[in-house]
Amino acid sequence: MLQWVLQYISFETFVWMILAFPLFGAVVNGLRSLVAAVRKKETSHFVTILFGCGAPVLSFVVVATVFVVLLGFTSHSMVTGPLFQWALLDDLIIDIGLKIDPLSLVMASVITGVGSLIHIYSVGYMGHDKGFTRYFSYLNLFLFFMLVLVLADSLVFLFVGWEGVGLCSYLLIGFWFEDEEKAKAGKKAFVVNRIGDAGFLLGLFLIYVTLKSANLDLGGDFFNFDTLKGYAHVLIPVATPVCLLLFFGACGKSAQIPLYVWLPDAMAGPTPVSALIHAATMVTAGVYMVARLSFLYTLTPTAMSVVAIIGAATALFAATIGLLQNDIKKILAYSTISQLGYMFLALGVGAFHAAIFHLMTHAFFKALLFLGSGSVIHAMHGEQDIRKYGGLSKRMPITTWTFVIASLAIAGIFPLAGFFSKDAILWHTYNSNIILWGVGFAGAGLTAFYMFRLIGLTFFGESNMDEATLRKVHESPPSMAVPLLLLAVLSIAGGWIGIPEAMGGSDYFHHWLGEVLAYTPVHGSHTEELVLGGVSFLWAAHFAIIAWMIYSQKRDWPTRVVEKFRRLYWLIYNKYFVDEIYDVCVIRPIRNVSERFFWKISDAILIDGLLVHGTGRAVQFFGRILSAVQSGVVQLYLTLFLLGAVLLLWKILY
Amino acid sequence: MITLNHYLVLATLLFSIGVFGVVTRRNVLIIFMSIELMLSSVNLVFLSFSRFLGQVDGQVFVLFVLVVAAAEAAVGLGIIVALFRNRQTVYVDEVKILRG
Amino acid sequence: MEPIVFYILAAITVVTALLMVTRTSPISSAVWLIACFFAFAGLFVLLEAHFIAVIQVLLYAGAIMVLFVFVIMLLNLRPEELKTRAIRFQTVLGGIFVLYLVFLLPLSLFRSGKLLFPEVLPQFGYVQGIAEMIFTKYLVPFEVTSVLLLVAIVGSVIMGKRKL
Repeated sequence: MLQWVLQYISFETFVWMILAFPLFGAVVNGLRSLVAAVRKKETSHFVTILFGCGAPVLSFVVVATVFVVLLGFTSHSMVTGPLFQWALLDDLIIDIGLKIDPLSLVMASVITGVGSLIHIYSVGYMGHDKGFTRYFSYLNLFLFFMLVLVLADSLVFLFVGWEGVGLCSYLLIGFWFEDEEKAKAGKKAFVVNRIGDAGFLLGLFLIYVTLKSANLDLGGDFFNFDTLKGYAHVLIPVATPVCLLLFFGACGKSAQIPLYVWLPDAMAGPTPVSALIHAATMVTAGVYMVARLSFLYTLTPTAMSVVAIIGAATALFAATIGLLQNDIKKILAYSTISQLGYMFLALGVGAFHAAIFHLMTHAFFKALLFLGSGSVIHAMHGEQDIRKYGGLSKRMPITTWTFVIASLAIAGIFPLAGFFSKDAILWHTYNSNIILWGVGFAGAGLTAFYMFRLIGLTFFGESNMDEATLRKVHESPPSMAVPLLLLAVLSIAGGWIGIPEAMGGSDYFHHWLGEVLAYTPVHGSHTEELVLGGVSFLWAAHFAIIAWMIYSQKRDWPTRVVEKFRRLYWLIYNKYFVDEIYDVCVIRPIRNVSERFFWKISDAILIDGLLVHGTGRAVQFFGRILSAVQSGVVQLYLTLFLLGAVLLLWKILY
Repeated sequence: MITLNHYLVLATLLFSIGVFGVVTRRNVLIIFMSIELMLSSVNLVFLSFSRFLGQVDGQVFVLFVLVVAAAEAAVGLGIIVALFRNRQTVYVDEVKILRG
Repeated sequence: MEPIVFYILAAITVVTALLMVTRTSPISSAVWLIACFFAFAGLFVLLEAHFIAVIQVLLYAGAIMVLFVFVIMLLNLRPEELKTRAIRFQTVLGGIFVLYLVFLLPLSLFRSGKLLFPEVLPQFGYVQGIAEMIFTKYLVPFEVTSVLLLVAIVGSVIMGKRKL
């Protein structure tokens, strides 16, 4: 079939189809929703689904095909020629092209694959929403930008996708914009993202300046990844600042300390959005970016240490907060932040492949968790407080057990996917810095605990709701249930391509990515690795069991603990008051200055008064003076004649 | 000896007095008379040069200037009369409909 | 002999001219102007322009100024209407420029050195000489002036009408 397609278009064009399908779907659905809004008529859901779900599926098919084809290439990668020249500035030429290699293919597969499942799930979840078409338009647009991000062949093109997903995140988080809180959440996400982007841009500028001053003959291509890799030695002096600045951007996008505050608020958006954007894809953009630039990061141990420390700190920090939350989506949000921390920890210790591995498995089980929670919320008619759940397993078996599978995966229980990826991270961290390992290890325990607390309170034990509500609870429709099942399968099997040699596997994933990513080798024996793996497994398993028992049996142990550590509980429950601190230290001062100085003085007085009004008044003033020349009295005109004549005479005679 | 210079200086002086009258006075009749003065001083110049060059052409020219001055005076005074009938004023700074 | 006459006539001209531009009532100004024209005629005679001198008295002093006096009489301005104002900006400006002219041009004149009058033929400035000119060399302008006079007649008649 591929042969048939290749008769009509070149392989390169075929590759561009990966991006074309979602963009096309976004545009079509976008226009349809606009037209419907103008005409005040409803759109046909069928057509929306056709384009909205068809696009990611087709994209996935293309990705898979390209994957298979590239297995036949020796380098397993290709670069497309530029589609068009975007900008020509002095000596900087920005071309738009794609780079297909193992790393970008892995990312693209996850994006389109998990993305397709989430699109299908959305059909059921958003079926009754009046913004159905608009939703799919945004979702496809997001997919487009995310694919741009991972398939870009240059840092600038990557940044285009980076910004684009920020935009779509804003659009989708604030999807139900009529509610002011939700709209604000969208704004918050975008603004915090932007702060990170400022750092990213500074990093780009620094790269440009450094390469320019080295007087290389780059042909204008400053930001192409291959170029950067080739001239990495030129960037050594500025490697640390560049990496730190770019990492700052990643902190914004991937919700690390200190720019993670938008992600919990982002739960205001529809649940499939949370699944797609804040579990599987957008938040992983930062991880991808650092992995893509692994050759640069390995040049600067300082930056890598920073990355690792922040990653580990975030992992533990977020896990502690997630422990005490009562909103199902917030728990998952903090869990996401925590798991992203693990990915950055992996990047920081030089195990770039492990980070991508965890990214992939995390996409599977986190998406599953979010979709499952969506299922629960849907069944509970919008209730998101887990203290009002309980005993749902009897009424929603598929949701329950897929959720359990996902939780086992995230907790790192052998032989599910999360175990291998998390184990890879912890093993490499252990060989790097024992303190970091300790932090990660503790976080893993907390992860298991809060996930099974969630499960215990939600699905097992006695229900905390009345009979009537319980009877109304039902399993989700197939459009929602099937993706859950598929993701569950992936959560189980997804880690098997990365089984390390210590456990009898071939470490295939590592080798697959080896050509593309840098790697800091570890000096540990297989035995050590096995022991560590076993210890992690037992540690997580025991926390999981304890949590499940406490929360499903409804013992009063939690309440007693809370009583004893009331102050600590209060601190953590309020998310360490980070939002409040930001508000006081950053937001309020800025707002004050903006209002008192920039608005009242600079804007109103200087610009409006002085410049705008002032110009008008000056013109009027001079006009009035000048109009005295035209007094209508002929004598005055004669006087002026005389003046002119006298001047002329003077000129001539002297 | 009276030279051409003397006559020219005199003519300039008279012309300037005429200009002063035109520029300064508000009464349109007096402005008019000042104009006549100016014309006369120009006649003086013409005649001085005619005498200096020994040609009669200058005097012929003066004749024409005289004729024109007469015609102009006639029409001009007619205008003044008409102006007075309409505006009831002879002061030029009160006639400023053309004010910009 | 001639210089004295010249200076006397020049003085008369200038003084009467100055008096003319400074009088309040138009009729005074008119009278001073007539006197000025008479002095002009004297100067013209000194310049051997006898015909022109006569014409000056006849036309200018005799016809045009009479016309002026008629109009002044016609307007019948009452004394209250003949007010003057205090020194105003225009007066000052005009005065300055005029002074400037007064000093500017003569200065340039004196730079060119003495320009003496040559001797002329005795018949210079008599009617014959002028007549010869206007009927041969300057015939066209002569005829044009007659048209001009016609136009002036028509114009002044129309201007004088109460209702067009």
